Amino acid sequence: MRKFDTKIQYLKYKVLREVARQAWDDKLLEHVFEIPKIIVPGKEPTMRCCVYKERAILEERVRIAMGGDKTNPNVIEVIDIACDECPMGGYEVSDACRGCLAHRCEDVCKKGAIVFDHQQKAHIDKTKCVECGMCAKVCPYSAIINHKRPCEQACKVKAISMSETKAASIDNSKCNSCGACVYQCPFGAISDKSFILNVIDLIKKSEGNKNFKMYAVVAPSISSQFTYAKLGQVISGIKALGFFTVVEAALGADMVAYAESKELAEKGFLTSSCCPAFVDYIHKHFPQMAEHISHNLSPAATISKYIKETDKDAKIVFIGPCTAKKMEFQKEEVKPYIDSVITFEELQALFDSKDIDITALDEDVLDNASYFGRIFARSGGLADAVRQGLKEHGIEDFEYKPVSCDGIEECRIALLKASKGVLPGNFIEGMACVGGCIGGAGCLTHGEKNKAEVDKYGREAYEKTISDAIKFLNHD
Amino acid sequence: MIVQVCIGSSCHLKGSREIVELMKAAIEEHSLQDEITLAGSFCIGKCNRVGVTVQVDDDVYTGITKESFNEFFNDKILSVIQRG
Repeated sequence: MRKFDTKIQYLKYKVLREVARQAWDDKLLEHVFEIPKIIVPGKEPTMRCCVYKERAILEERVRIAMGGDKTNPNVIEVIDIACDECPMGGYEVSDACRGCLAHRCEDVCKKGAIVFDHQQKAHIDKTKCVECGMCAKVCPYSAIINHKRPCEQACKVKAISMSETKAASIDNSKCNSCGACVYQCPFGAISDKSFILNVIDLIKKSEGNKNFKMYAVVAPSISSQFTYAKLGQVISGIKALGFFTVVEAALGADMVAYAESKELAEKGFLTSSCCPAFVDYIHKHFPQMAEHISHNLSPAATISKYIKETDKDAKIVFIGPCTAKKMEFQKEEVKPYIDSVITFEELQALFDSKDIDITALDEDVLDNASYFGRIFARSGGLADAVRQGLKEHGIEDFEYKPVSCDGIEECRIALLKASKGVLPGNFIEGMACVGGCIGGAGCLTHGEKNKAEVDKYGREAYEKTISDAIKFLNHD
Repeated sequence: MIVQVCIGSSCHLKGSREIVELMKAAIEEHSLQDEITLAGSFCIGKCNRVGVTVQVDDDVYTGITKESFNEFFNDKILSVIQRG
């Protein structure tokens, strides 16, 4: 069974696994420089021009697996030497140009940037072109192509540009750490910093959960991951790593949906606060809308806060699909509750670093949340849960008009409209990744069936309503 | 007295919600609100095949079901408090 979508993920995984292996054995410092050679042995290059470049890049990957550049606050980092400096010529005329007579491209270009050679074939004068794309639209042969770098294409918040050395460069004042570029770069030149070493350190220091107890809070999108095993086996695997117990972040989602629906009815207009990349996007790109962000913590932070209130010896690691969560847990208001964050990719690496074959384990259980908490993992789920929350509160005099934004581009449009007072809705569900959390950059796989898997997992929940899942949590 | 009912996945599936509700009702019935602090726990580390795990101060009891609840409450909570 295929574990990853791309070979880049596989390479990243091998590095993480090796770093973790050495860390468990307390031999990381000793062996850190050997890891590139372990991954690329021999003299024949397998990926780049020569093994030396491959190993130099692997050294950088090892560094990121160990936490990356501490002076850069962003968890998304460019490995400059891995960046292939892709062509970024923008609009260019390809060989498909037949040198026709109509010259629609010339007519539509307001800048006079289209010129013709002696064979009547079109060329674009880059000194005049403004990359409007009109010529590409009108060409009957689709001969004009936009050569945009995959990272820039992926980055809908326009945080990526070209540095002086032509490598990709991230503007932290615009980047919301969603990780789209990480997943899209075909050379693996952008990566998310890892906190696996912190997690390994915590597990070791807990000494079998004697000194403090390790709680794993897992995101509901886990239902679409690790498809080669049963979910119950993944839970057993997490415990085999040294965690005391595993709790569903979806229970936090139930708590959020219940609180947020009430907050919405009181305030009349809200934007959701679940997706950290969406929240960060509002702060950086629509600061005037920040006052409308729901005051609830995210589901992961909400359930972690609750766990810490019930158990003062708890240390909490969030495991999910999300790179932006690695930013969120460092925020002042979340720091006390979540101790570290890893992705599903990193969880797989941790399993294999300890040679834990989850398919050979017994099935444990994971069941705290309701259907509604669980469907937060996909676009539209949060809006459904808030609708249910309003119903369970018995709030009937509030006309609920949710706008579910699937991906940051839809978020941008909704926020733009809302900031001008023309949005036909009163609740913005913002999900930075297309598809919702199941589209997150830290997922092992991104499949067509993932949404169906989340819904199925939702229906399997023992609790059918939000109130049933949460009402007994409050003992006051 | 601190009474912690396990609400972790394993116990949740075996009825911890009902046990919490029975516990709340019993505390009220005997007016023990000032004596008992009722709390949840996501795992007491004694997952059992049957029933729910409850911790009463330092003592852990497993396998509490709604059928055995009254007996458990009388023996391990009520009588302990009454003895002072």
